[in-house]
Amino acid sequence: MDHIVIIGNGISGVTLARHIRKLSDKKITIISAESDYFFSRTALMYIYMGHMKFEHTQPYENWFWKKNRIDLVNGFVEKVETDAKKLILKGGSSISYDKLIIATGSKPNKFGWPGQDLDGVQGLYSKQDLEMLEVNAPNNKVCNRAVIVGGGLIGIEMAEMLRSRDIPVTFLVREKSFWNGVLPAGESAMVNEHILEHHIDLRLDTNLDKILADENGRAKAVVTDKGETIACNVVGLTAGVTPNIDFLKDSGIELGRGVKVNRLLETNVKDVYAIGDCAEQHEGIGSRRPIEAVWYTGRMMGEALAQTICGNEREYNPGHWFNSAKFLDVEYQTYGWVFSERNKKDTEQHFHWRHPEEKVCITVAFDKDSHKFLGINTFGIRMRHEIFDQWLTENKDMDHVMTYLKDANFDPEFYKLYEDEIVAKYNADFNKNISLKKKSWKRIFSIA
Amino acid sequence: MGNFDRSMSLAGEPPKALNTGQKLAVLTGMIGMGILILQLFNLKLGNTALWLTVSIVAIFAGIIWFSQAAYAHKHKGIKNDGIWFKSISSRGVLAWMAGIALTGFYIVLYFYPEYLGLVKDGDNTGLIALFDPLSKGLSGNPASQWFVYGTMYTVAILAFGAKFIWKYRHNKYEQLRTVSVMFFQTAFAFFIPEIMARLNGDLPYYDLKNMWPLNYYNFERYRINGFIDSGSVGMTMLFFGIISIFVISPFLTYKYGKRWYCSWVCGCGGLAETAGDSFRQLSDKSKFAWKVERWVVHSVVVFVTLMTTAVIYSYLGNDTSKYWLTKTMFISGVAVILTAIFAWVMIYKREELAKDAKYGAIGYFTIIAVLIGMHFFSDSANIFIFKAETLRTTYSFLIGSIFSGVIGTGFYPILGNRVWCRFGCPMAAMLGFQQRMFSKFRITTNGGQCISCGNCSTYCEMGIDVRAYAQKGENIVRSSCVGCGICSAVCPRGVLKLENGPEKGRINSQDVLLGNDVDLMDLVNNK
Repeated sequence: MDHIVIIGNGISGVTLARHIRKLSDKKITIISAESDYFFSRTALMYIYMGHMKFEHTQPYENWFWKKNRIDLVNGFVEKVETDAKKLILKGGSSISYDKLIIATGSKPNKFGWPGQDLDGVQGLYSKQDLEMLEVNAPNNKVCNRAVIVGGGLIGIEMAEMLRSRDIPVTFLVREKSFWNGVLPAGESAMVNEHILEHHIDLRLDTNLDKILADENGRAKAVVTDKGETIACNVVGLTAGVTPNIDFLKDSGIELGRGVKVNRLLETNVKDVYAIGDCAEQHEGIGSRRPIEAVWYTGRMMGEALAQTICGNEREYNPGHWFNSAKFLDVEYQTYGWVFSERNKKDTEQHFHWRHPEEKVCITVAFDKDSHKFLGINTFGIRMRHEIFDQWLTENKDMDHVMTYLKDANFDPEFYKLYEDEIVAKYNADFNKNISLKKKSWKRIFSIA
Repeated sequence: MGNFDRSMSLAGEPPKALNTGQKLAVLTGMIGMGILILQLFNLKLGNTALWLTVSIVAIFAGIIWFSQAAYAHKHKGIKNDGIWFKSISSRGVLAWMAGIALTGFYIVLYFYPEYLGLVKDGDNTGLIALFDPLSKGLSGNPASQWFVYGTMYTVAILAFGAKFIWKYRHNKYEQLRTVSVMFFQTAFAFFIPEIMARLNGDLPYYDLKNMWPLNYYNFERYRINGFIDSGSVGMTMLFFGIISIFVISPFLTYKYGKRWYCSWVCGCGGLAETAGDSFRQLSDKSKFAWKVERWVVHSVVVFVTLMTTAVIYSYLGNDTSKYWLTKTMFISGVAVILTAIFAWVMIYKREELAKDAKYGAIGYFTIIAVLIGMHFFSDSANIFIFKAETLRTTYSFLIGSIFSGVIGTGFYPILGNRVWCRFGCPMAAMLGFQQRMFSKFRITTNGGQCISCGNCSTYCEMGIDVRAYAQKGENIVRSSCVGCGICSAVCPRGVLKLENGPEKGRINSQDVLLGNDVDLMDLVNNK
């Protein structure tokens, strides 16, 4: 019987294990040094904020693993010997495998800043990072101010966490506007405002120069590239993540920034695969990046690879792009591709609508010439995944999207809806005469 | 979890501390409560109407002020910061103290009302006497322990309802639902029955929204006599009680799910959603708890069905010339209705029931066997060896008092706010059965957007592991769901939506989620 060994018990590795178990009787072992049981990484922030306890972030009860014959090993893999098909764990023990899957996720980026390894300087990725934050910043007496470096999704989450304990936060963002490498200008500007509303000291267009230490080797201040010194006790490094693959250096497995894989998620070494954040495609699929450090893509790779491992060869062939996040109180969803001004092609045109008072806006991307719908970003409005997925598949045009916009809304019942305002602005902007169709359950559920 | 000791942190973890406004608000509310507690010692305060007003106003003001201090300065959005750090909402010392105090109150209320000042023949004293002026003003009668309880219950739903509305000021569904329970409690449970008692003394106290089997005593002899003796008003009420069960409730549950009752109308639900909101995260989400829930709540359904049948059976006669409904007719009628429901479910909904069908069958055949036995082996007063009256008093004691009151509400801070609704309420179980089998209601999971964070499961007061469905891309169609909508509210990624749609495709299990390879989805999901 094949022994499938998975390094990493995050969403990718666990999805893979579950699907292999559904399809086969193979022996499955998951190795992790981070936690005994699978937990949702995206939920770590809620533990610090007191919304949940750690146990609530575990999607399966502890009996689940034994019942499904998935062996869990708490250990740290130091070395992979692909010739002997063997893993060497910290402490010297070893585990043999028939097939090995690397699903070790990411680690926070560090760009060689002076002082980046001082006490009180940390990223926010792992369970251990969260525990460290609890020590470094239990309250605003121990932590008078935190400086967060890097304006992405983890950065804004970390700011929200610290603010929940009334800890003053300074947020250094390299870009001229928050996350504007990804978000179009109007949305990015709205998030800037929302960050300030939450009393976060947002410093746009500002880089970290160095971190200063006190006499005990703890961070005591940061110096920015503008020459300003900001006193603080905690420095959060949230300038993106990078694949967590140092232990593979001499393994013979081809590495780039991540573990190089083909569309079947195979590495250059037979019977060794990589999935999730740590996998790097030779070329990005469609408009996707070669490394996709997103919850959903990790899950999809797990779903696809399980088929291959169980004898039904399947490429990783993701469907239409989608993602979501929450910026403090504002939910964000995206379906299809909406690129920022920085990254969009000349043929991509945008329609933007923003509510005059509320933190609600949308941006719809379409092809300038054919008016084909390309993608949508929504802030403060929930949208129905199935509907947009279908519209993208059917290459619907902008007029269709606007006409049937009510079908796509997924806000809770009785919420104020904004389709009328949105379509009115669309008509005005593009000199159109679209009239909204009433929401139709029949259309919605013939899809879903 | 960590290798450090949290208790070493001298200042503790905010945001569990109360701010100044909240502290003053607690003081104000406690003064109001203090007046009531002093009454237990039979302190003579003189102008009781004035002191009652002061007390209730202080409690109201305290709760509203507390809410204002807690939420007004914050942005609208989810307000769960520090829930698991606060003693009261995480089974800490305060929670246990509150639990013990509430439990004690319920025991006194149900079994020793004389300690509250109830005097059978003569003027009330103590706490109950304090409420005499209000009761006399409404119904003309002196207060009873139930009037005191009903007043406090209404005050709690109104004041904590205002708090809840403030907390969810970004969420229209939560606001409307809360206004609805506040209205039904105040009008239907509090004012209307009192005023009807004033207009017509013979009418039994009747909270019209409170239908059988939650209102398990509705068809007892004294009430039926009361209805009949009160002429057309009484008969209308009796008729309403019956069509609520057989027409109104099935229709609304079909259209909207059982939420129309459990979280928009019901008084028990109303208290749970308002005063009990701080405890919703305490419900047990384990699969074991779900198993216990199904056995216990369905046993209560069997119990209440048998008990009610036996009670009605015991006072009916055998002579058709005296009254059209005889013992034989009644018991055959019950058997026919139950058989029709059972047969319909087994024929049309067998697949949806899966292995639960077995338990359903056990329940059904138990009832039928007992009914047959009842008819052939009992005399007019006895059911087997028990008196119908004994069955009734046992139900009333075990389920009506201990389960719904002492455990159901007294244990809010320990077991969560819907313990009664989840484990004990036969009404919820019956509506739930219909919700699972025959309803348009579901919580739709939004494609592949779930990140398994667990907020939905944590804040589900009914202990449903919502995430278990959402992370599979599967809609949530569970009999216990009361449709409070909090899972949808706390979801950070917009994954869940309560809605009523076509029955087809309502239950949609899938292994590969939307967003992946369409061929792979076809292969795995349609096998």
